[in-house]
Amino acid sequence: MQNFQGVGVSPGRVIGTIRQMPKPVSEPPSGEQLAASTTAEDAVAGLKAAAQSVHDELKARADKASGDGKAVLEATALMAKDTMLLKSATKLINNNGSSAERAIWEAGASVSEMLHNLGGYMAERATDVLDVRARIVAELRGVPAPGIPASDSPFILVAEDLAPADTATLDPAIVTALVTSGGGPQSHTAIIARSLGLPAVVAARGVDEIPDGAEVFVDGAAGSLSLEPTEEQRAAALAWVENAATLAVFDGNGTTADGHLVPLLANVGGAKDAAAAAALGAQGVGLFRTEFCFLERDTEPTVLEQAAAYRGVFDAFPGKKVVLRTLDAGADKPLPFLTDATEPNPALGVRGYRTDFTTPGVLERQLEAIAIATDESEAEVWVMAPMISTAAEAARFASLCGAAGIKTPGVMVEVPSAALTSASVLRHVGFASLGTNDLTQYAMAADRQLGPLAELNTPWQPAVLRLVQLTVAGSAEEGNGKPVGVCGEAAADPALAVVLVGLGVSTLSMTARSLAAVGTVLKTVTLEQAQELARLALSAPDALDAKAWVRAKLPILEELGL
Amino acid sequence: MPERTATIASRSGLHARPAAIFAEAAGESPVEVTIAMAGSAADDALDAASILSLMTLGAAKGDVVVLRADGDGADAALDSLVTLLETDLDAE
Repeated sequence: MQNFQGVGVSPGRVIGTIRQMPKPVSEPPSGEQLAASTTAEDAVAGLKAAAQSVHDELKARADKASGDGKAVLEATALMAKDTMLLKSATKLINNNGSSAERAIWEAGASVSEMLHNLGGYMAERATDVLDVRARIVAELRGVPAPGIPASDSPFILVAEDLAPADTATLDPAIVTALVTSGGGPQSHTAIIARSLGLPAVVAARGVDEIPDGAEVFVDGAAGSLSLEPTEEQRAAALAWVENAATLAVFDGNGTTADGHLVPLLANVGGAKDAAAAAALGAQGVGLFRTEFCFLERDTEPTVLEQAAAYRGVFDAFPGKKVVLRTLDAGADKPLPFLTDATEPNPALGVRGYRTDFTTPGVLERQLEAIAIATDESEAEVWVMAPMISTAAEAARFASLCGAAGIKTPGVMVEVPSAALTSASVLRHVGFASLGTNDLTQYAMAADRQLGPLAELNTPWQPAVLRLVQLTVAGSAEEGNGKPVGVCGEAAADPALAVVLVGLGVSTLSMTARSLAAVGTVLKTVTLEQAQELARLALSAPDALDAKAWVRAKLPILEELGL
Repeated sequence: MPERTATIASRSGLHARPAAIFAEAAGESPVEVTIAMAGSAADDALDAASILSLMTLGAAKGDVVVLRADGDGADAALDSLVTLLETDLDAE
């Protein structure tokens, strides 16, 4: 039995056969010519045949799909045998002696650029042309088409890493678990897996060598993948199916065994998420990311447009708390009208609240929109700024909120300086929320997306836990009992959630799928036990020990497969 | 050469789903059909069966386009394509 060890990022135990995600199609070398043995006529015929079969495959998938997905696949299928694309490739073969692969590559590039320059809806379709082009080149080379393999039967997807765009084609009824050789605990793969409730392991070196069709056991809590599953593992996978059913429902009451209340809130990105989170029992929203309203736009949305979008989320939680985070652009979330894409070091650049230094006005208009939406809704709206580093920034943000008529301003604590000075920061605002993903990245100086740094990049690092503790201590020093919550991925890990409660965190906000698991585990410990576990984690020499020591004291995790 | 004019009825214009439906229908007709914005030179006409050409044409709702085709069955083919353009395909 061969075992591959990675980092578990989303719990669950499953057995299944694996499918490797094909490597991205490489560009045919510039100037690549037809092979001496191939005539231009043969190359053109080969190209047409390849285009036809790409068309047929996409069309077959479209016939099985429904809704928006169907329409996109139908249009993409037509692009595969489009005369404009094929005529221009044929010309390159006939006139320049280009290889079929190079010809379709260049033809696709120029059509895509043309669409891109038209802007709007057309620009969005430009990437579809590039996808079709890559599929035709893969077909010509006789290698598997790029992207998540199409399949009618369920499988475990193994990839180097997933991109945000892969989410659209990832069907959780077919893909039963995700395992990647790269990526870290905060990578897109991890975030996608948690939001879909799929077991996932990242940074598992060597898994890309496992042949397609191999039967494996994946444990998303332990972070392991085993070849040739044992009887014991088969039993564990069966038990998980039963546990998963009980772990799917949260009773809407976050509390420790001795009745210390810890409201469990949801992280949402829009009205649809908010409705789903409310249905899953979320006691409110601890992080409403407002970027969705701005992303993929070349210009700023109007105040009224924004207000309508915010209302959609507020209305899902009448009478409950909704913590809204103002626009967090920059680094991995660039926006053309706000951020400078040429910064050498975007994670340390003008991002989050700092975009107000370079593009003043956008934040004030957003606050105006929030105030309008708040007036029209019954939610209890709190507003916080991302990437606050100093007390002066907190004071300025609070005054902007005051001017807009927003009653409860707060800050995200994700820069270590804000954690270290939280008493002075909190003096100016009503609450703080720890963004553990960025706090970990900055405390450990480790890029969130890098696989080789996965071990550094975990909120189990004692240094990160210490920053959480200092933030809570700062609130006590400030003296007005201002709440400190957590809204990073750390809150979704049931073991870590217990530690955070022990450190004095008052609310936990997570992807709605994790509410039931966190709620279930929290109910098994008293506040005093949680405090004991927090001391234990803080005293560990490194993240691995901190996690192992705490987990050893929480046997329910093993029982439930969490 | 037979030709017809048609006013685009689909709300989203001749993109997305309406473009796909129209390109597919044009590809299935027995004659080659071209499409151009009304008033532009016949030389600038594009292949109506090409979804990418239709998208680059950028015809919006209310725009008038000219369809042209030659050969057996051209008139019938043009008539049915005009009907398609003058239907709001987004509503279906």
